[in-house]
Amino acid sequence: MKRYLIIGNGATAANAIEGIRSRDKEGPITVISKEEHPVYCRPLISYYLEGKTDLKRIGYRDEDFYMRNGVSVLYGRTAVKIDSVKRKVTTDDGKILSYDSLLIAAGSSPFVPTIKGLDTVSRKYGFMTLDDALGLEKAITGNTRVLIIGAGLIGLKCAEGLYGRAKSITVCDLAGRVLSSILDDECASLVKRHLEEKGISFLLNDSVLSFENDRAFMKSGKTRDFDVLVLAVGVRPNISLIKDIGGDTGRGITVSSRMETSIKHIYAAGDCAEAYDISSGERKVMAVLPSASIGGYTAGVNMAGGNARFDTALPINSIGFFGYHIMTAGSYEGELYEERTLDGIKRLFIKDGVLKGFMLLGMSERAGILTSLIREKTPLKEIDFDLMKKGATTAALTGDMRKDRFGKAV
Amino acid sequence: MRANDDMKRVYVNEEWCLGCHLCEYNCAFANSGLKDMTYALKGRPLFPRIHVEEGDRITYAVSCRHCEDPICVRSCIAGAISKEDGVVRIDRNRCVGCRTCVLVCPFGALLPGEDGVMTKCELCTGNTVDMPACVKGCPNRAIVYEDRGGSL
Ligand SMILES: Cc1cc2nc3c(=O)[nH]c(=O)nc-3n(C[C@H](O)[C@H](O)[C@H](O)COP(=O)(O)OP(=O)(O)OC[C@H]3O[C@@H](n4cnc5c(N)ncnc54)[C@H](O)[C@@H]3O)c2cc1C
Repeated sequence: MKRYLIIGNGATAANAIEGIRSRDKEGPITVISKEEHPVYCRPLISYYLEGKTDLKRIGYRDEDFYMRNGVSVLYGRTAVKIDSVKRKVTTDDGKILSYDSLLIAAGSSPFVPTIKGLDTVSRKYGFMTLDDALGLEKAITGNTRVLIIGAGLIGLKCAEGLYGRAKSITVCDLAGRVLSSILDDECASLVKRHLEEKGISFLLNDSVLSFENDRAFMKSGKTRDFDVLVLAVGVRPNISLIKDIGGDTGRGITVSSRMETSIKHIYAAGDCAEAYDISSGERKVMAVLPSASIGGYTAGVNMAGGNARFDTALPINSIGFFGYHIMTAGSYEGELYEERTLDGIKRLFIKDGVLKGFMLLGMSERAGILTSLIREKTPLKEIDFDLMKKGATTAALTGDMRKDRFGKAV
Repeated sequence: MRANDDMKRVYVNEEWCLGCHLCEYNCAFANSGLKDMTYALKGRPLFPRIHVEEGDRITYAVSCRHCEDPICVRSCIAGAISKEDGVVRIDRNRCVGCRTCVLVCPFGALLPGEDGVMTKCELCTGNTVDMPACVKGCPNRAIVYEDRGGSL
């Protein structure tokens, strides 16, 4: 019987378990889980603070998921070393686990900046885990002034989650705009305005030079007093386990479309891995849940002897703040087509006759049809792109394409 | 909930669709949980799980394809979408309305429902109708419920 070992217990791991079990119902699966919780929906920790989910519903799978799938989980344990020759993994408590097939699904770790006086701040949190959210929940009252460092997805989601629970929320960022990794200046300022209208304040183009207890001294000369500090400056893929033994890495662990690393019998997927982005042709860490789960499932199938591929990865984000939706996909290269409404912007990027990427703010209907044009590299001259531009619709496809999509089982 | 044990799915014959939108009303009514159609539909915001697409001289209704390997199921950040007995279902109690499913579905089949939570066709297995209401009520038999292959 094949023995499966998985490092990490997030969405990647859960989908890998399902992938393995789609082919192998018998082989024992062991999961090493640093966190003390069964797999939960990491993206929902801000929704938890908002009250839109609770500790029961935040579970990513049902209660007997591990039992039903014959998985034993080592909670609160960290994998510290891989021996790829003897095929063994050592945990922090000195336990040695053997594997025939290993998956690294270790996600990423928050990057902690070195800022003078950070150690004098009494109440500081990251915003990556359920325990972070539970800690924040305890630390915050209606009188709390919150300072969030980082106006990326995680920092802003944290701001939304804490909204209404804290007295004030300030977000600062070195970058001159919010969500700088997925939005351009104009789109970002639209989102920022929505957040400001709610009363969230921003210090952009600015960074903390030093802390003195609960006071931040900004580069701009401003000072900011706070009660709770949240650090959300960025993340780093957890690649050390494989790097230490000579496996190929870039920013993330290098994997093939079968999710194999450069070392035999070792797979990697999710936020710790770097995959081929079909929209740009570059290798990238696409740190979103859909990539994690599809990559994880693919890895699982292959670990169990199958032949699955994840060769349609592209960066995608669907994120909303206070009901205002933002969708982005692909890469922003080529010619721009733009449309505006009172409160929304649509930007489509076209290159070499195919759609490469888009930003949709305040309009999201049927956006997946646009995503599929990027993914399938549909030649735009074959379809009624003028109709598609106005609003995503399969009516703009050719009759044959529609027959393919709607006329048979898919 | 009615169990599903066959590969019958909702298909639309574009050539026959009149674009009358009756399917949308029948769907919204069937899933309203109410007995009286007028009370269920008149003057209320409707959340049908099927919608009519209109292009240059064509109309047809779109609802969930219940794909063999549904990308929405894997992509859902809330673990709210699942597939059982060949039917892709959404747990409205878990959905947080992030719309990731909308961003990945190539058919444009998921639609916003009540309270910002997403909604989708479940082949009328979750209500009291014995056959998908859109099929039953289609005046020109453009919408059919047929087995055209695939597996559960
Ligand atoms: C606040 C927040 C909001 C987000 N919102 C969205 C969103 O709206 N949409 C979206 O698509 N994505 C979102 N994401 C990203 C999404 O959560 C990740 O892409 C996804 O969780 C990746 O899954 P994973 O299993 O690869 O990694 P993770 O979920 O990070 O899981 C990895 C696990 O491995 C553990 N681990 C690490 N090293 C070891 C070790 N050596 N031994 C044992 N265990 C180890 C870690 O502790 C962690 O529990 C969000 C993330 C955050 C933090």
